[in-house]
Amino acid sequence: MPTLNDYLLVSGLLFAIGLAGVVLRRNIIIVFMCLELMLSAANLSLVAFSRFNTINGLPDYNAQMLVFFVITVAAAEVAVGLAIIVALYRARQTIHTDELTSLKG
Amino acid sequence: MPSYLFWLFSTIMLIGGAAVIAFRNPVSSALSMVTCFVGLAGLFIGLSAFFVGIIQILVYTGAVMVLFLFIIMLLDLKDEEKRARGFAPLAAGLALVVAFVVQLVGILSQSVDKAAPDLDKHTLTNAAAQFPKDSKIAEALSDGRLPDIHLIGHTLFTQYNLPLQLLGVLLLVATIGVVTLSKRQAD
Repeated sequence: MPTLNDYLLVSGLLFAIGLAGVVLRRNIIIVFMCLELMLSAANLSLVAFSRFNTINGLPDYNAQMLVFFVITVAAAEVAVGLAIIVALYRARQTIHTDELTSLKG
Repeated sequence: MPSYLFWLFSTIMLIGGAAVIAFRNPVSSALSMVTCFVGLAGLFIGLSAFFVGIIQILVYTGAVMVLFLFIIMLLDLKDEEKRARGFAPLAAGLALVVAFVVQLVGILSQSVDKAAPDLDKHTLTNAAAQFPKDSKIAEALSDGRLPDIHLIGHTLFTQYNLPLQLLGVLLLVATIGVVTLSKRQAD
């Protein structure tokens, strides 16, 4: 049976992959996808904590409520973020972060 | 969940995640992300979080990734051409990630490990006592089943009713915001 640390390790590795994507990639859509990966990694550790800390013999459903809210807010965030990307593309014809430098000092 | 299933789904998830940042074509990245989320949903279901596993598939791999694919097609993105990139940003990014992983392994090797508490028929039958006698939840629990969706619905509509309403408002605001944002400016 996998233990709590196994789940936390896998979740941490997924978070590290997401972090690598955000730092290394220059395509703003891929960066956005990697943000979603990091949110999902957090969700995985939350669900693992819910299962491994039972309350009165049942999984801790407060953690799963938080996961539910994270997934819903993430869905709203994706919609708004993609609308911003579309508006950005209309204004600049690029989604490459190296070419978006108008805020550079 | 048996160990081999855990490692199978984690491998699917991690390979899918790595493929997201490895592919140059955004469509391939989006499809590897679907693979990653399917593996993740498998892990959720293995943790007896059936409802979360299903909405992971429905909301993330269903709705969110289709939205991503739709935007990629709308913007008509081509493969990223290889461009000469400085060695320094790459090295700095990798160093950050490696530092994170080293720290993670260090902390996990020191922390106390914990095995999953049993969710067998005996524990579930005992847990039935905290719910009203003839409720659906108590019925399923005394049968030795985990009524995951009933329990989540119960928690959501009693303890978390106000956040749920606020979430509805948030989704409405997001919808209106998206429509306003994507409307073509008149000028």
